[in-house]
Amino acid sequence: MIMCKTSKEIGGMGHSLKRKEDARFIRGLGKYTDDVQLPGMLYMDIARSPFAYAKIKSIDKSVAMEIPGVLAVITGEDLKQYNLHWMPTLMSDTQMVLPTDTVMYQAQEVAAVIATDRYIAADAVQALENSIEYDSMKPIIDPHKALDADAPLLRPDKDGKTDNHIWHWQTGDEEATEKAFSEAEVVVKEQVYIPRIHVASIETCGCVASYEKAEGKLTVWMTTQAPHAIRTVIALVAGHVGLSEERIRIISPDIGGGFGGKVPVYPGYVIAIAASFLIGKPVKWIEDRSENLQADSFARDYHMTVELASTKEGKMTGLRIKTLADHGYTDAAANPSKFPSGLFSIVTGSYDIPTAFTEMDAVYTNKPPGGVAYRCSFRVTEAVHAIERITDVLAQKLGRDPADLRFQNFIQKDQFPYRSALGWEYDSGDYAPALRMAMDMVGYEELRKEQAEKRARGELMGIGISSFTEIVGAGPSKDFDILGIKMFDSAEVRIHPTGKAIARFGTKSQGQGHETTYAQILAEELGIPAMHIQIEEGDTDTAPYGLGTYASRSTPTAGAAAAKAAHKIRDKARKIAAYLLEVSEEDLEWEPGKFFVKGAPERSKTIQDIAFAAYTNHPQGMEAGLEATHYYDPPNLTFPFGSYICVMDIDPKTAEMKIRRFVAIDDCGNIINPMIVTGQIHGGLAMGIAPAMYEELIYDDDGNILNGTFMDYLLPTSVETPNWETGHTITPSPHHPLGAKGVAESPTVGAPPAVANAVVDALSHLGVTHVDIPVTPFKVWQILKEKGVIS
Amino acid sequence: MIPPTFDYLVPATLPEAIALLHEHGDEAKVLAGGHSLIPAMRLRFAEPSHLIDISHIPGLDYIREEGGFLKIGTMAREVVLEDLPWISERYPLLVDTTKMIADPQVRNLATVGGNLAHGDPANDHPATMLAYRAEIEIIGASGARTVPIDEFFTDFFTTALEHGEILSEIRIPIPPVLSGGCYLKVERKVGDYAAAAVAVQLSLAADGSIEQAGIGLTNVAALPTRAVNAEKALRGQQPSDALFAHVGELAADASSPADDLRGSAEYKLTLIRELTQRALRRSVERAQGRS
Ligand SMILES: Cc1cc2nc3c(=O)[nH]c(=O)nc-3n(C[C@H](O)[C@H](O)[C@H](O)COP(=O)(O)OP(=O)(O)OC[C@H]3O[C@@H](n4cnc5c(N)ncnc54)[C@H](O)[C@@H]3O)c2cc1C
Repeated sequence: MIMCKTSKEIGGMGHSLKRKEDARFIRGLGKYTDDVQLPGMLYMDIARSPFAYAKIKSIDKSVAMEIPGVLAVITGEDLKQYNLHWMPTLMSDTQMVLPTDTVMYQAQEVAAVIATDRYIAADAVQALENSIEYDSMKPIIDPHKALDADAPLLRPDKDGKTDNHIWHWQTGDEEATEKAFSEAEVVVKEQVYIPRIHVASIETCGCVASYEKAEGKLTVWMTTQAPHAIRTVIALVAGHVGLSEERIRIISPDIGGGFGGKVPVYPGYVIAIAASFLIGKPVKWIEDRSENLQADSFARDYHMTVELASTKEGKMTGLRIKTLADHGYTDAAANPSKFPSGLFSIVTGSYDIPTAFTEMDAVYTNKPPGGVAYRCSFRVTEAVHAIERITDVLAQKLGRDPADLRFQNFIQKDQFPYRSALGWEYDSGDYAPALRMAMDMVGYEELRKEQAEKRARGELMGIGISSFTEIVGAGPSKDFDILGIKMFDSAEVRIHPTGKAIARFGTKSQGQGHETTYAQILAEELGIPAMHIQIEEGDTDTAPYGLGTYASRSTPTAGAAAAKAAHKIRDKARKIAAYLLEVSEEDLEWEPGKFFVKGAPERSKTIQDIAFAAYTNHPQGMEAGLEATHYYDPPNLTFPFGSYICVMDIDPKTAEMKIRRFVAIDDCGNIINPMIVTGQIHGGLAMGIAPAMYEELIYDDDGNILNGTFMDYLLPTSVETPNWETGHTITPSPHHPLGAKGVAESPTVGAPPAVANAVVDALSHLGVTHVDIPVTPFKVWQILKEKGVIS
Repeated sequence: MIPPTFDYLVPATLPEAIALLHEHGDEAKVLAGGHSLIPAMRLRFAEPSHLIDISHIPGLDYIREEGGFLKIGTMAREVVLEDLPWISERYPLLVDTTKMIADPQVRNLATVGGNLAHGDPANDHPATMLAYRAEIEIIGASGARTVPIDEFFTDFFTTALEHGEILSEIRIPIPPVLSGGCYLKVERKVGDYAAAAVAVQLSLAADGSIEQAGIGLTNVAALPTRAVNAEKALRGQQPSDALFAHVGELAADASSPADDLRGSAEYKLTLIRELTQRALRRSVERAQGRS
């Protein structure tokens, strides 16, 4: 049960406060980047490559310039004059802003048009696209062929590069793992592919760049999850043209979904900024849906070979994974610098596996760059899929119930804090109760009986379990940085004389509900009603510096910063209260909203009294005002977990699939707003079944994207999503000031293997051990056909 | 996804609309619900110079029984069909079809006339109208003509509509007593076009045998497809699983699907076989008043 320390009026932690931001969102009154209109604003549109790999022979600007209303056509050659044709990626690789000679993937930016009207810009782009001449070349599409001797060298621009290998990364004890496998009584092995998918946020990316020549100030309204980092990046890469950091203002207004896709710097932003800088007028660039889907950062694309060793009795003894990562033509993933493959090393999951070794090789191909953490904390989805799938494969091989095998191998409650074989220190966990709760809710034993009966009649039904462990809240400064900037986050809290407050943060909500949850954290710590605490984020001129919102890091970092800043304010408030009540500080006790004299509760001062005094009657020698700032450097990450069970029915004739039940038990530590948490879980579960059953970016051998619109890039709707049955266990984080952990991404990482395991479970009696996601009816039909179930 | 420039015209009457079509020539297009045309324009697959919006012409959206036909005015929106109880009762095939088209947002605007006029073999109404043996009324400068549905679809995305003509009405013969129908579709998700779909409309004789049967197939050939031999094989027969299995084979024989992202041709043939049998079973149940 969730206990509340504050009254409903105060609305601190544990209250299901309605989301403050919804007042504008549900009325359609949100203010997004595309809502920004400035006087004299120009519009940019981008001509893109029809080929995956080609030399540019010629670009005839005149066909576009002839169209009335077209002011400029910008090519790579133009940007080269300012040394802006390449830019660094977050992973210290380089990416073209606009190409000067070679295009590297279909839909890559080739030239930009600036016009007085959005429609004119589009007409000019069509004219330009029809006139650009290319010599197309045979691309590398299959990453397995990227290292072949006869593969073309995709990045000759990189000094000393002789092949398409980007990096090798490994972790764990190779020798000990080797030994565990050679001595193992049982070994299972599976090739597991996590396809290339897209974040597909409802709002596409874009910006309005406005450079005011007189003041030399650049303001950019931008669809970014990390405005402060973007400001610093612009200052670093465009310093040579005269932009210095104090004259750059990034405003991240309301964002219609980010999910990791709005962390990177896309070429379009840079071109729009350059155009505004050169022309001296505001320039708006908003991608359309196809551009977003075809050119912006992808997620996943891991080809994994997964092996698990165990004893005959089912005790896991070793885990080994070898991965080939397809990064497209540049490494533009968005991971902390020291973690080129993100936090994949969480892959030992919820199990006490004594030894493990993972290695990966990243290669270049002729596809868009990316590898962003799509609603997962840096490659955790891949890791969770690997371990949860292979656990089922082992259960199948041993003839064991998959739930049973999990209970046997779970890290036990008394092992926390637990050091995993791959080096993480799990903060807290209690895995068995969550799985047991899920099994009770779904009626596991009954379902197994039903399945046996159905199998006897030739009907297909499967039960899939996923008992995942997440890792979120990057992160401690000793290990975590992006481009050298440490991954702390910040809060700045000011109490007004009438006892109301404003607080600003270095993060940026994209739908997570920060305006409500941060207010609740402050309400909890200060006793000021959450209703009266205004939350602001996203404007680099006003908010304190922070690394932004992604990877479920906001509550673990900025949420903690809010609590810490509130504690500083409370310390000062105590001094003021002591002064007002003429007692010593030690004689005061705090309850949410007031200090009172120990043993004389009628003698008290409310936080509102104290706030007023801070401006009207503060003690001699004390600074006036009541405010505090905190930059929170988390001591560790947090490790949310959960157990999901999916029940799947499959039509044995048409192979159509239907999720009958989906039970999700989550543990994200202490809960700030139960309604928001449930909402995040519902959304995340929908995003979890999406790649499991529908989503995949598909390319043909020539690198043409075959499903570059929502007609064929399939996203589930309310019709496809089952009725989610959710529940909680609560295991607080011992190191977070509120005992909270991140939550939004747990369902996205936990759900796909539950679905995949359910499908494999439904087909397991036919000897099926693995099906790659997305598991589509067509894929299942092919299996049924191969196994002779369908003639 | 930004269309090129076009002019937008709003005639108040059908004759005015037809005159505008003539005036602006080949590059002018009728705009009904816009849910096929506008996506095509946004992708610049269609670049009409003029859009002639017939949605403001009064009296084109009726649905009524008259003179032995269910008459559907071309501008009747899908959402209206979904919501009429007497349609659900007497024309279950039509309601099944409507409900399988796209999603509620699309159905709020999409029209039955536009669905047929578009000539897309992936659309759902064509197969259904084949099963119903509907007639299409077309109005042009020289008056109205009626085209049987079998002569309406002439080629891939091409219909019997000549330039300057407007589809005005769809006529479905009122089914006799002991009739039933059903539409079954396999799609990858809601809003998707069919991987394969089958429309069945049949009527039973007093002895329970099948007197008349229509079977239309969606998205398994360049044109909406009538399963002629399958229909013949049903006529005069008593319903049975064995018969339906045989008819399913014949329906598959009438199909020539292609491999695409929805699956292989072979997969789609399996679907046609199975969906045909299921649709027949359900249609018979409905004709017998059992469901
Ligand atoms: C996301 C999405 C999913 C969809 N899914 C499906 C689906 O599953 N199944 C399905 O069947 N359809 C589907 N559709 C298509 C939708 O049903 C269409 O809107 C419909 O097929 C066309 O009707 P409309 O009124 O929108 O026609 P419009 O788009 O306005 O017109 C279509 C074409 O027909 C012509 N036309 C229209 N009316 C007339 C007339 N009276 N006389 C002469 N020519 C005319 C137009 O000039 C145009 O060429 C989908 C559409 C979308 C956007």
